[in-house]
Amino acid sequence: MILFFLSSGLFLGWSLGGNDAANVFGTAVGTKMIKFKTAAIVASIFVILGAVISGAGASHTLGKLGAVNALGGAFMVAFSAAFVVFWMTKLHLPVSTSQAVVGAIVGWNFFSHTQTDYNSLIKIVSTWVFSPILAAVFSGLLYLLLKYILRKWKLSIFRLDSYTRIALVVIGAFGAYSLGANNIANVMGVFVPVSPFPDISFGNWFHISSVQQLFFLGAIAISIGIFTYSFKVMKTVGSGVVKLTPQSALVVVLAESLVLFLFASSSLRDFLLSHNLPAIPLVPVSSSQLVIGAVLGIGIIQGGKNIQFKTLGKIASGWVITPVISAIITFIALFFLQNTFNIEVYKNLSQSREVANEVVAGKDFSHTSTSSVQALLDKLSARSREVAKVFFVKNQLDSQSRLFFSERNAILFSRINKKINYDDFISHGITDDNIASYHKIDNNKYERNNNAKYFCYLNISNNNFKLNNELETKNGESQAERRGVKCNEKI
Amino acid sequence: MLFKKTKSLEKQFNRFLNITNDAGLILLEGIKSYMKDDKVNFNYHLEKLIKLEGDADSIRKEIVTELYAKTLIPESRGDIFDLLENLDDVTNQAKETLIEFSIEIPIIPKQYSDDYIKLTEFGVNAINQVVKASRKFIQDPANVEHNINKVYFWEKEADRQAEKLKRKVFRDKSIEQLSRKIHLRYFALHIDLVADRAEDVADKLSIYAIKRSI
Repeated sequence: MILFFLSSGLFLGWSLGGNDAANVFGTAVGTKMIKFKTAAIVASIFVILGAVISGAGASHTLGKLGAVNALGGAFMVAFSAAFVVFWMTKLHLPVSTSQAVVGAIVGWNFFSHTQTDYNSLIKIVSTWVFSPILAAVFSGLLYLLLKYILRKWKLSIFRLDSYTRIALVVIGAFGAYSLGANNIANVMGVFVPVSPFPDISFGNWFHISSVQQLFFLGAIAISIGIFTYSFKVMKTVGSGVVKLTPQSALVVVLAESLVLFLFASSSLRDFLLSHNLPAIPLVPVSSSQLVIGAVLGIGIIQGGKNIQFKTLGKIASGWVITPVISAIITFIALFFLQNTFNIEVYKNLSQSREVANEVVAGKDFSHTSTSSVQALLDKLSARSREVAKVFFVKNQLDSQSRLFFSERNAILFSRINKKINYDDFISHGITDDNIASYHKIDNNKYERNNNAKYFCYLNISNNNFKLNNELETKNGESQAERRGVKCNEKI
Repeated sequence: MLFKKTKSLEKQFNRFLNITNDAGLILLEGIKSYMKDDKVNFNYHLEKLIKLEGDADSIRKEIVTELYAKTLIPESRGDIFDLLENLDDVTNQAKETLIEFSIEIPIIPKQYSDDYIKLTEFGVNAINQVVKASRKFIQDPANVEHNINKVYFWEKEADRQAEKLKRKVFRDKSIEQLSRKIHLRYFALHIDLVADRAEDVADKLSIYAIKRSI
């Protein structure tokens, strides 16, 4: 049954593999620089690696947009997105899987009366607009650089051919890795909150999280798509509308891969953050649009005579039309699935708030006010609230200790205040159970400390939680409510 | 493995270009021998040129087979194929010219010897420049134009020289028979064709160079 529900995501993965692998290896295969078999093997391996190793970042952003919390709902969201992609492709309309999936999630949000996180939505949509521009800038600069290098090196046509072949495979591998890392969120992102797989650990050194297993499955579907369907697409790309020399193709693929990587890599984002540089949002972007942007970048450098404004218009219309159509179709499909087959497509999130209120009301939280907790909950995204709910329920059943706010919520809360890098925790495999044992050592870093009994922003002790001074002040709470414990101050 | 193929192709292509260059020089030496009525040397150069042309043919076939069998430089192999064929035409034209001399044994009046040698020199210069241009096309296509211009220059010089020679022949009262005048004109034309073939290669090269710019 689980596999049946996942099938829509797997179909989406297959279609992504069939179509988007051509954005990485299309020109190389189409111009016969690389054999299809080589391209397919390299692409499959690196798509899987990218998805499993670096897939979490972009899917986390999708999760923030709306956490589809029932398997039936996730199935229909992925199915509707896949249907929109299939249908629009058939009508020769520009379509991107990323845009279809985002539209579908928003459709689910509407259906489940979940408030869409507009900050995330704006972040995602602005990335769509920005990413092809960035690809154009990258490809323009890389084109000039390559031209300069080729002039300097004076490689013979035969030698250049050999180097280009090697570079196409290497950069193609990087492109496939980035595609897997960035686009796995489209394929499996909606299933993350409802992942049916348990974590697997072999001792302390080998750990595969539930999400990684999910991503692995999605990446396998992408690989099957590459092997079974992408050849046709690659042939079309190679001999298609835009005729590129293998060297220009190299520039296009590299620019595309860099942008995909930028919008997928948590470590890169953390690096930028730690150097006080602006953070790049981790958002699934359309590889096809990146290719168009990159080709355009070269076109501009070459004099800008061949720029087709019609194509640009088509891309821009895709930013709006695809998500809207996808949202409408998802809404209708969810209604159909819920009312015809009586399948649960969402869990009532308001329950979590009720539980929270109940817990808050039933305990002596003399150090804080219910209203501040409520305000906090309101700030948390739908997904976080769901996590909170699980915590409340679990902790009620377990014991009174660590009752209300888990450290995880503290992290989420802190994250809202842009103080803590949430993905750091996740990428280190920190789970709900052991999160307490991590403490902050500086602005963006956390250190495992098994004896730690407190957390920088939130301390738990004797069933009470205390907000630290800074956080309280930021929330505008009164001095009387404040029972702060300063960071690194042990209770 | 890939680099081994690359090196062997570079080597073969260079050998082919050297043959084309040599063909021009041998043609010049052959014509000079003919003008001096040095039959032994003329025959030696003729045989050498015939052999070189044969070698060029087989190298060309080897390169083309390698390119197509191993699907190397897929986007430009058609151009390389054409380039080799056009360069081979130059060698062929040089060979044909000497063969024509050996078959028809034209009687060249002494006063025209230098004119024919000069005409051949211009043609050889054109060949020399087209070989340089071909090397540039392979190695540094952005700078091929310089040599292509030189090919055009020598081709025009050859045309001018051929025209001058033909005018001179037809106005020469010492040559009475029209058939002889036509025969002399025919050989001027034949030598001039060598420069024309070089020009054909240059024409194609300028297009290939644009195609090769990334």
